[in-house]
Amino acid sequence: MNSIVRIISKRSFQLGLLAVILVLLATVPFHSPGYSVVLLSSIFMYVVITVSWVIFSGPTGYMSLASAAFFGVGIYTSALLGDTLPIAVVICIGALVSFCVALLVGALTLRLRGIYFAIFTFGLVELIKHLTLWWEINMEHTRGRLVVYVENDTIFWVMLVILVATLLTAYFIRRSKWGLALQSIGENEEAASHMGINVTMVKVIIFAFSALFVGASGAIMATRWTYIDPGIAFNPLFSFMPVLMAIFGGMGHLLGPVIGAAAFAYLEEFLITEFSELYMLIFGVILIGAIIYMPNGIVGLIQKLWTRGIRRKNADT
Amino acid sequence: MLGGIYALIAVGLSLQYGVARVLNISHGEFIMVGAFLTWAMYTFWHLNPLVSLAIVGPAVFVIGFILHRTLFTRLKSSSASPAAYEGSSLLATFGLMFIVQNLAIIIWGADIEAYSFLNTGVTILGARFAANRLVTLLFAIGICLVFYIFLARTRLGKAIRAAAQDPETAGLMGVNIKWVLALCFGLGALMASLAGSLLSMCYPIRATMGLEYTVIAIIVVVLGGMGSIVGSFIGGLILGLVGSIVLYIDPSLSLVAYYVIFILLLLIRPTGILGK
Repeated sequence: MNSIVRIISKRSFQLGLLAVILVLLATVPFHSPGYSVVLLSSIFMYVVITVSWVIFSGPTGYMSLASAAFFGVGIYTSALLGDTLPIAVVICIGALVSFCVALLVGALTLRLRGIYFAIFTFGLVELIKHLTLWWEINMEHTRGRLVVYVENDTIFWVMLVILVATLLTAYFIRRSKWGLALQSIGENEEAASHMGINVTMVKVIIFAFSALFVGASGAIMATRWTYIDPGIAFNPLFSFMPVLMAIFGGMGHLLGPVIGAAAFAYLEEFLITEFSELYMLIFGVILIGAIIYMPNGIVGLIQKLWTRGIRRKNADT
Repeated sequence: MLGGIYALIAVGLSLQYGVARVLNISHGEFIMVGAFLTWAMYTFWHLNPLVSLAIVGPAVFVIGFILHRTLFTRLKSSSASPAAYEGSSLLATFGLMFIVQNLAIIIWGADIEAYSFLNTGVTILGARFAANRLVTLLFAIGICLVFYIFLARTRLGKAIRAAAQDPETAGLMGVNIKWVLALCFGLGALMASLAGSLLSMCYPIRATMGLEYTVIAIIVVVLGGMGSIVGSFIGGLILGLVGSIVLYIDPSLSLVAYYVIFILLLLIRPTGILGK
């Protein structure tokens, strides 16, 4: 009985903590406007991309490098429609277009396994990028486009909403039978299909769902850059970053990618502003150091320290 | 003309991926380093680029060898499974790419550099070629051939092939596996730097050119079949040929053409031309 009460109170404590954090975040533009709003928006963006990546690639082990494609699709939606439609509609369209692209890509490519899937998705981003560039130069006679201006605070709130939606989706997919299906696909795809899981359908649909949020955040973040061209929109860094961030944070826990992305994004911002000359060098050194010394990411490290601490406590008593 | 260089780059990457199991994202950076070393030696010491091949290659080989013995051996021993090692080494080379590129920008600056070497026309069988491109092509193919003979005929080559097929059994058979893997990584870096040297004779170079060539190398390796050295060689020549043809029709479409070939190939025959 006592233990049940403890579990319930622990659970409500967690929920309360989450609510407090959410309220604190949502009111940031009121109590500390300016730079922190901009910084937090880009941290949110990285968290959304990373968590979306983990929704699909975490349990299945299919390493997707297509995030940049979905992000770029969102950006271009915003550039093409931003002038004529209200921003909320543009974001929804961006998300939907990304969803459809992912559905198509998934149906086409999820037959490939292992490293081939990673390379294929990477090639796909580059193909879209160069095709767009070719189209813009030869058909439209431009290189880039201007994007409609949106208030920094609006960007911030929209990103926060997308972030919460992404986290909720990630949480519920993890808990649902879809999450279980993904897990079993990751462990043994053949066995999963013999157990009656429609392997292809599960993979394609979850893949498309994870693209939804990336497209939406692309559509809103595009407004911050005001000018875009295919090189910016389909930058392969947006494919690699989520992978790095997820591994940096650790994929064993839902919080891992969140912490990893937030820490990484902050680090990047800090290094760019403080050591713009050496930023890539320091970044690379930290990356390699993290891979060698924290193979399970930040969360893995915390868990290790945690269990060690508990063991010591038990040893003392 | 590009075919030879593509082949050289891809054989290097194929060696690193096929044997040492490191999908080296920083492969292009070794190309860049080779190109800049050659350029620096030519502009400051007036050294013939073909002579500097003999200096650049071994120097980069040593760097690659040490890198594998320190960084990747350590990663390998801490990784739980071969798949985990592939992932973590991929990320490590990504970090390496950042480091090398940043160092190159600090040392050599971010500008585009070029020098003129053997920039004269030669007429062979009625067709005119630029002498430097011809030399580049011959050297690239020559290096690939020498390497192939080394792999097929020598004891060490046999050890490398054994390690590619099954590292554990090869280890049981008396192959010093750690040494062979480091050797392969070093040789891959060596080929990349030689390709970079040759490249700098014909094309302008810059510190951020690496990733483009890494991507081409990956395409070629997939085209030829993962881990197949001969496949990489043939794939490089084919891609170079296609590149030249498309370049003739519409220069801005050459990368698009590469990706279209690549994606079609992956869908139709994911194991490559010579894959099993």
